[in-house]
Amino acid sequence: MQFDVPLLTLVIWLPILGGVAVLASGDQAAELSKRLALAVAVAAFALSLPLWLAFDSSTAQMQFVERAPWIPGFGVEYHLGVDGISMPLILLTTFTTIFVILAGWEVIKQRPSHYMAAFLIMEGLMIGVFSALDAVLFYVFWEAMLIPMFIIIGVWGGPNRIYATIKFFLYTFFGSVFMLIALIYMGFKADSFSILAFHTLPLGMTEQILIFIAFLLAFAVKVPMWPVHTWLPDAHVEAPTGGSVILAAIMLKIGGYGFLRFSLPITPDASSQLDWLIIAMSLIAVVYIAFVALVQQDMKKLIAYSSIAHMGFVTLGFFIAFAIIQRADFDSGAVMGIQGGMVQMISHGFISGALFLCVGVLYDRLHSRQIADYGGVVNTMPVFGALMVFFAMANAGLPGTSGFVGEFLVILASFKADFWFAFLAATTLILGAAYTLWLVKRVVFGPVGNEGVAGLTDINLRERIVLGGLAAAVLIVGLWPAPLLEVMDATVQGLVQHIAMSKL
Amino acid sequence: MENLYLTIVLAPLVGSIVAGFFGARIGRAGAHWVCILGVGLSAALSLSVVAGFLWGDLEPFNEAVYTWAVSDGVRFEIGFLVDRLTASMMAVVTFVSLMVHIYTIGYMADDDHNWPHESLAGRHSYQRFFSYISLFTFSMLMLVMSNNFLQLFFGWEAVGLVSYLLIGFWSTRESAIFANMKAFIVNRVGDFGFILGIAAIAAYFGSLDYAEVFAAAPGLADVEVALFGGVSLLTLIGVLLFIGAMGKSAQMPLHVWLPDSMEGPTPISALIHAATMVTAGIFMVARMSPLYELSETALSFILIVGATTAFLMGLIGLVQNDIKRVVAYSTLSQLGYMVAALGASAYAAGIFHLMTHAFFKALLFLAAGSVIIALHHNQDIRTMGGIRRYMPITWLTALIGSLALIGFPGFSGFFSKDAIIEAVGASHVFGATYAWVLLTVGVFVTALYSFRMYFLVFHGQPRMDEHARAHLHESPWVVTVPLILLAIPSIFIGWYAVEPMLFGDWLAGAIHVAHEHDTLAHMAEHYHGQWAFILHGMTMPPFFLAMGGLAVAAWVYWWLQRRNPDIDAELQRRAGPLAAILENKYGFDDFNQRVFAGGSRGIGQVLWQTGDRRLIDDGLVNGSARTVGQLAARVRHIQTGFLYHYAIAMIVGLIVLLTVFVTL
Repeated sequence: MQFDVPLLTLVIWLPILGGVAVLASGDQAAELSKRLALAVAVAAFALSLPLWLAFDSSTAQMQFVERAPWIPGFGVEYHLGVDGISMPLILLTTFTTIFVILAGWEVIKQRPSHYMAAFLIMEGLMIGVFSALDAVLFYVFWEAMLIPMFIIIGVWGGPNRIYATIKFFLYTFFGSVFMLIALIYMGFKADSFSILAFHTLPLGMTEQILIFIAFLLAFAVKVPMWPVHTWLPDAHVEAPTGGSVILAAIMLKIGGYGFLRFSLPITPDASSQLDWLIIAMSLIAVVYIAFVALVQQDMKKLIAYSSIAHMGFVTLGFFIAFAIIQRADFDSGAVMGIQGGMVQMISHGFISGALFLCVGVLYDRLHSRQIADYGGVVNTMPVFGALMVFFAMANAGLPGTSGFVGEFLVILASFKADFWFAFLAATTLILGAAYTLWLVKRVVFGPVGNEGVAGLTDINLRERIVLGGLAAAVLIVGLWPAPLLEVMDATVQGLVQHIAMSKL
Repeated sequence: MENLYLTIVLAPLVGSIVAGFFGARIGRAGAHWVCILGVGLSAALSLSVVAGFLWGDLEPFNEAVYTWAVSDGVRFEIGFLVDRLTASMMAVVTFVSLMVHIYTIGYMADDDHNWPHESLAGRHSYQRFFSYISLFTFSMLMLVMSNNFLQLFFGWEAVGLVSYLLIGFWSTRESAIFANMKAFIVNRVGDFGFILGIAAIAAYFGSLDYAEVFAAAPGLADVEVALFGGVSLLTLIGVLLFIGAMGKSAQMPLHVWLPDSMEGPTPISALIHAATMVTAGIFMVARMSPLYELSETALSFILIVGATTAFLMGLIGLVQNDIKRVVAYSTLSQLGYMVAALGASAYAAGIFHLMTHAFFKALLFLAAGSVIIALHHNQDIRTMGGIRRYMPITWLTALIGSLALIGFPGFSGFFSKDAIIEAVGASHVFGATYAWVLLTVGVFVTALYSFRMYFLVFHGQPRMDEHARAHLHESPWVVTVPLILLAIPSIFIGWYAVEPMLFGDWLAGAIHVAHEHDTLAHMAEHYHGQWAFILHGMTMPPFFLAMGGLAVAAWVYWWLQRRNPDIDAELQRRAGPLAAILENKYGFDDFNQRVFAGGSRGIGQVLWQTGDRRLIDDGLVNGSARTVGQLAARVRHIQTGFLYHYAIAMIVGLIVLLTVFVTL
């Protein structure tokens, strides 16, 4: 179904222009600019809803396509469109941004309008990344997106923010330079920068491997995969709550999205050849990082490490597809792995976002992220305690929450690839429960730990709306993931058919 | 039909939601009424389902309610399978749950005392407790009524969640929140196996629907999986699923969480940690009988684990002094009996014992709870004694429960336990003789620890302090009525159920036993009614052992205790190292704490400090940053500040890179 209005353009540019307007409104009328920001975020979400409602889930084709020449000399176009992989991620972006705006409402005292504007602009840019079908356009959004995040951590961040921002920037920039080279190379070879043209571009094995590695460097840093993950805990610890939420909920997903949009379809043979590498990195992320998460003393670091472990399921789900395709005794399973990875991305967006918001709620009150500074929070904040336990259980993959769906599908699929893949992946049931529940035990339960905890006040209406909204999302996806799987089904089927065919 | 079953499941959920979210508004009475009505409705309808199967023309029901997800051609559904096995479980779960709901009104009436005054978490704890136990009932019903492995796992984890919330209910107690975390994580070790088992089923059967899997199972009986040098697929599945059952049904070595779970309020010890949730593993294996029948290795594994647990855990019960822990170790031991029955392919006997045990063990726990509230939360049996004079109903019902537990002829436990031991004796799988010996000797141990506790609590001179004794009185009717209502089936259910359950066709459609394993059919040939069964039982070793245990307990803890009140401590002193081993619970807790908990933290520290910090951060990241810095210091001289220099450098660079690419 096609719309007469350029929906994707609107969803990208409304927040960006809205952000500029918020910026212009200044801090003199802070209340007004906050309301304006909220209105823009809600409007962007409302505009993104038709992407879901009018989405044709029977086809793997790109939908809501917009195409116009941009730099004709180089074949660069303003080319947008979504399929079943990108559309849910766009909705995740517009949905989460509302909560981020709300979460910063009272807490951000320093230049609130700039803060809100940065998030709105970033929202537009991230949607641009998800909907760009032209490599150059994609790359512009991809790099531009770093700037607001850089500013958010650098201005509103913690004491060690400079180290964290530079580490963050260098890490991600290092990765994306190689991607740029690969994109330019293919652009010249295909005589077009259309990503869809790259998908069908014939490439030799060596070319594929080089391109695959270039993409891997870019996406692995973003996800982040072990061993290029160490920027994430530092960035999270220093970032303000909203920054952490966006970072965990959406920015990491851009890495996962990149694998599906670029690595798998453009270099299927290299992916198939090197799948062991990604699978090994993913499983190390699941097991190794879980142990590291166990010993963290800082709540944000713990959740950051937990994010890395959970994102390990995403990349695992994507790359076991090749191992399954190669096996003779199973004729299906690849689709389930990729779908599981996709659901895991969406779910992790809700859950990690909510957990960072929970830490934010505590940090706003006691200005500490150290686990040791808390204890017995439920005695003074029972509503918050209940919500935090709920999100912790979701993080531990309890069935009925969204956290279960992705892990379940990936474990089921990885069993088909190799028993030991499933074995290592399933350790998350134990390790994930261990680090999450130990956190809950030390923070939420127990006798009141100190004077500070004794003086805490429970969450207010605004905080209840934010955490309650995310809890509802976690529960709905957990109890009925069918619609989410349905919208991505045709696209993922198409992708699996595509990657099963050699380009050689 | 679907609406009936939906009502049975959802009524407790509605009660739970109302009491949980609006507890403060509707008050204590509102909360307990809404939950009791919900569970009561569910219990009444469940009994009507049983009646429909018994006397009506009700047919087994197997339909999907909704499609949870479809992925890669596999349909994941939420649906109900209600046959006679399910109906039995539904009736037991909802009936015991209803009794526990009523009992809770009395037990939790003064729960405010259990919380620090200023704690907001304790403000509406009464309502919250009702919300949790109703939520538990919902989850347990979802588990037993499932028609597929996905929903089974849902229920499996949901009862685990509620168990977690309830063990740690008094969240200001350090021991409670340690116990609930331990329970959840140990259960997750079991679930680790369970989910791999489900994954194996999904991979090889392409479906998680029971009916489809069972139908396809014989065709896959010869499939080998290339693991550990080749293992039969169905053995792999059977063992993996059973590892899940070992967690939930607390079989060694995953039993360690159950004794600690006694930190929770007593009503849930009765409901969750004795009557229902911990029997989920037994139910699951019985439900999967068409799979297990195809793997003797898995059956043998189950038999050995169950018998070992039954014997070793019973022994620990001898040295416990906390009234709830005695009952908890007794539960572990009895679960071992049920598991052993499964291993001997006597699934029906396992389910039968599950049912009788649900009644008498819930009764024993609730009676213990009645004593505990009368003594203001004192649980040490060394400071009890002589309570029968003050609490006649509690005393009599506890006596009934104890007699049922030790298998006194005619009581419910007699029928079920005898059947298990005889079936194991008739079994021919590997380890059957070992299991039979342990289970038979275990009968003596059971009688000894049960009546040690009984005599120490109810007979002899009162040993509590004067203040406590002055206030001793029988519990209110909300406590005693459930005791009486549970005592009735504890006596009679065995008599009435033995024939249809073990030797009739009550479970015929639900449980499948291969001909060569059919130990119960062998017994059925010699079955000539209840009287004959009892008389036959009274000529067998278990009967003499039970009576022997009872007699020894009476001699020591009734007769000798009168003269020497310290007899128990003296005996334990004399037993020396043996008692020490039992008191240390064979060292499982210490080992787990040191090796698994300590080890994991150690690994975490090493990976974090050495892996992440030293190697990756200091080595790779900051190291390369340093190198770049040093390099930049030299390269800085190239920076001329002229734009055309840069432009040329960029173009040259790009050309070089592209050339490299193109030529490769």
